[in-house]
Amino acid sequence: MNLDDALQTFIVESRELLESMESALLRIEQTPDDVELINAIFRTAHTIKGSAGLFGLDYIVSFTHVAESVLDRVRTGELKIESELVALLLSTGDHISALVDHTVAGGDLSAELDEESQTLIGFLGAYLTESTGGATPHAAAKAAVVTGAVTVSSQTVHPYTTEGGGEVETDLWHLSLRFGRDVLKDGMDPLSFIRYLGTLGTIHRIVTLLDGIPAVAEMDPESCYLGFEISFKSNADKATIESVFDFVRENSNIRILPPNSKISEYLQLIADLPEEDLRIGEILLRCGTLTQTELDAVLKFQLSDGNSPVRPIGEVLVEAQMVQPTVVEAALKKQKQVKDNKTTEANLIRVDADKLDELINLVGELIIAGAGASLIAQRAGISELLEVNATVSRLVEEVRDSALKLRMVQIGGTFSRFQRVVRDVSKELGKDIRLVISGEETELDKTVVEKIGDPLTHLVRNSMDHGIEPADVRLARGKPAHGTLKLNAYHDAGSIMIEVSDDGGGLNKDKILAKAIERGLVKADQVLTDNEIYNLIFEAGFSTADAVSNLSGRGVGMDVVRRNIQALRGTVDIHSEPGQGTTMRIRLPLTLAIIDGFLVGVDSASYVIPLDMVVECIELTQQDREAAQENDRNYLNLRGEVLPYLRLRDLFETEGRAPRRENVVVVQYAGHKAGLVVDNLMGEFQTVIKPLGKMFSQVKGVGGFTILGSGEVALIMDVPRLMQQASGNEQAVLAA
Amino acid sequence: MAVNVLRVNDDQCRIVVDGEMTIYTAMELKASLLFPLAQYKELEIDLAGVSEIDTSGLQLLLLTKTEAIADGKIIRITAHSPAVLELMNLCDLESFFGDPVVISSQA
Repeated sequence: MNLDDALQTFIVESRELLESMESALLRIEQTPDDVELINAIFRTAHTIKGSAGLFGLDYIVSFTHVAESVLDRVRTGELKIESELVALLLSTGDHISALVDHTVAGGDLSAELDEESQTLIGFLGAYLTESTGGATPHAAAKAAVVTGAVTVSSQTVHPYTTEGGGEVETDLWHLSLRFGRDVLKDGMDPLSFIRYLGTLGTIHRIVTLLDGIPAVAEMDPESCYLGFEISFKSNADKATIESVFDFVRENSNIRILPPNSKISEYLQLIADLPEEDLRIGEILLRCGTLTQTELDAVLKFQLSDGNSPVRPIGEVLVEAQMVQPTVVEAALKKQKQVKDNKTTEANLIRVDADKLDELINLVGELIIAGAGASLIAQRAGISELLEVNATVSRLVEEVRDSALKLRMVQIGGTFSRFQRVVRDVSKELGKDIRLVISGEETELDKTVVEKIGDPLTHLVRNSMDHGIEPADVRLARGKPAHGTLKLNAYHDAGSIMIEVSDDGGGLNKDKILAKAIERGLVKADQVLTDNEIYNLIFEAGFSTADAVSNLSGRGVGMDVVRRNIQALRGTVDIHSEPGQGTTMRIRLPLTLAIIDGFLVGVDSASYVIPLDMVVECIELTQQDREAAQENDRNYLNLRGEVLPYLRLRDLFETEGRAPRRENVVVVQYAGHKAGLVVDNLMGEFQTVIKPLGKMFSQVKGVGGFTILGSGEVALIMDVPRLMQQASGNEQAVLAA
Repeated sequence: MAVNVLRVNDDQCRIVVDGEMTIYTAMELKASLLFPLAQYKELEIDLAGVSEIDTSGLQLLLLTKTEAIADGKIIRITAHSPAVLELMNLCDLESFFGDPVVISSQA
């Protein structure tokens, strides 16, 4: 079976809803009395059930129904939120999402899924039976629905009077449905709404109205002409019944009269329906909504009330103050909700990620073309052209920024997934660990966000398993019994920083070093800084954990983390205070596609250095040049600081002699500075990063290439790599 | 969907519908049902092979029926598939069609 668009939407929406339900569940543990949260969770279950019903996904409906019943009891205050219930509801959410996934795959429900449904229904049923005694889960579910429903007005039913303010004796809802012409074309089947209505109560009588079907010639078989009058027995509230028809409300004429409605409301109904009044009367009679005497009275009342039927009825309605306050309230709430939904919906559109990529690609080409134009303008030396070009460049720059912003997403979504991870893992480890999230509004490129999830999970698990000590150890060290794990994100000089920190025991330097020596990663007499020792844990096959748990400690993980992060052109480093905790800091580039570059030249070749890493440019003094030649020294004195430098001329083995004057571009990365010696400085340049072919993937120090306005190719420097090399060389020289 | 119109004699025919009577087949179905109605005076419709029926399918059955009544012709639905039965039951239309239906023990 092909998934049609509507079903696709259902699946996407369900997943989103389940995600928000999960985060709400995780938050509610801390604030069990938050009515808004409880309502939000309830609405999720309710909406999924409702939409699943539309698509006839009975396995979702029946399962979600039980969950909804439990949630309803929570909502009415009969059940208290406690951690066991939250755990059960979380697995319920997981199961619903498994069921939704199953919908994608299609076919019959597998035995395991069905079994899981039954097991969970059993557990959920326990929460329903608590007050009702030993009833079966199913019966209990029904009982819960009854208790949860709005109590129907119990005031005594007045015998009908001719004033128009009396009530009708029936205890049935009455629904008049005239579906819009286009519902079928919109992919909805009116009958499925009626079927779904059947799950909220019992359809007492139904009258199908054929009056709308036109003559054969005019009848469009793809339009809907049918109408239904339904009398309906249910304890559901009006909002619930109304919500059944949410999807068709816009173009359809749906009228719902609660039980014991005033005669005047029936009058209004009769007046409003397209069919003749008398015929409607008969239908109401057939439905069992009105008795014969009531109908007679209604019609008589209508006749006696005047010759112009429209105005008197309106007046009657006002006079009679017909509507129940609860109905008004429900309607207002509903209206507000619908309005709120509308506004958020209007502000967001879903765009295929491929289309965005295409746009970014085009913007990239535009930048290259723009650079070409500027170059020619400069050569031509026409000042008007230069001026116009400058404006164009500025606009292109803005277009680039907004195009890139389109791809930016907040990291909060990724972070909040860890609420669940932390919760589950801390249960498993038997530790009480709380997650504190900050900087969730920090934005970064979508592709980066997608790829950072895995490494982050590794780091979080590692911190929880190895970092945070068991409660008794913590108390002995004078720390609070519960551990705290922090996730933080912020922008820093063209990079985004993501921090995972714990308040655990910190890394054990001696143990790491001993292990590294044992593994032959370092020599026994090697002198390492603290940072270097900490970074050893990112080496392949390194694990200091005495016990291998099923979460971490197998030595795979940290090296994978580093590799994943490096693949994103990022770095990871560690700060650790013994007894105070560990912070892992991931530094990632904001975007993978376009950067502001600084163009430099060596001989006839051009190179691009990412501009946000450039600190300053200085001239390489004669003194330093001589010192370099004599002592093979590759550092200089920058205002009292030692600045190691690299000659790009040497690095890329450029032929020819160095010019009389050379320049040093001082770059900074992750707190370290280094210099790159080049022949000339050519200024800022917007660069579209083009990846190098596979053949060149082993070339160190080059991150990609770009095409200059002149059509020449310029290599983009991989500054972090170059800096490693610069400081590495210098240390090797000093050590020798 | 497949609709076979079998001619019994000059006045009578038998229409056998197989597959789905839904919005996807509605256009075709309208012609298949109403064309024979113009030709014959007595139509037997066999719906035993209908796998799925939605509002549009039901509408067409209703249209055929009302049209037949208006013209003084006779329409009989001689066999109902479970899907058709469920729908007629849901909409309470058995009596409108007036055809004998097999009521399953569950009902």
